[in-house]
Amino acid sequence: MKLESQHRGEMIVIRVLDDRIDAAGAIQFKERMRELIAEPSDRLVLDMSNVGFLDSSGLGAVVSVMKVLGPVRRLELSGLTPTVEKVFRLTRMDSVFIIHKMLPEEWRNAG
Amino acid sequence: MLAEEELCFSQSVDPPDTVRFMLPSDAISIREGLVGLFALDLMEPLTAESLSAAQIVLAEALNNVVEHAYAQYPGRIEIWVTRRESYLFIRIMDDGLAMPGGDLPGGKPGWPEDLPEGGFGWSLIRNLSHDLTYARDGKRNLLSLCISVDYQG
Repeated sequence: MKLESQHRGEMIVIRVLDDRIDAAGAIQFKERMRELIAEPSDRLVLDMSNVGFLDSSGLGAVVSVMKVLGPVRRLELSGLTPTVEKVFRLTRMDSVFIIHKMLPEEWRNAG
Repeated sequence: MLAEEELCFSQSVDPPDTVRFMLPSDAISIREGLVGLFALDLMEPLTAESLSAAQIVLAEALNNVVEHAYAQYPGRIEIWVTRRESYLFIRIMDDGLAMPGGDLPGGKPGWPEDLPEGGFGWSLIRNLSHDLTYARDGKRNLLSLCISVDYQG
């Protein structure tokens, strides 16, 4: 599971480079995320614009990362592709996360 | 992990509306099987929306077999997919453990407040498919379901 982390001021943006977060990659995703979120930041954004497919194991992994973060430091999601958006909506997890349509221009081009 | 030559889609000839394939019971093989299936000509005329629903349902159903039916020993999973008019008919067979209680689990979505990390699978299957049936035939599990699909253009 390839993830890329970049500091943008008070924020860390973690970009998923793989195109699937599924049962075969969910554990790796969780482990790699735990390393990356160990670094302090006020805000944490997960850029999922490369992820074309996510199953319930992948969703469970994203939820578990949010739980590790605790109530103050929330996990924000960005760039949900149609299939990923569908999984979040049908499981009602879209109401649990802060979801951005896409990363603002300045974040995408910086760094 | 699935060896290249192991993943073989047998397609019916007349009409060419059915594919059958076998997968070993591990998550990597399921991924490779799904990627292969959705690259077939059989799937090509369907809309992105239909393909996305079908792939979610198949992924959940197959990963359930890996995680539950084959929880104690590995085995093979046999999958049949038929595209007929506005439906995909799916049959999934395995020689694993029977469904607890001999029936399908419910699919009530979890309450977001509880933040469940699992149990989303059946809820997604029930949301995106219909005519879901489960049968135990001797030592085989047979799951069949139907997904409504639309065609491009």
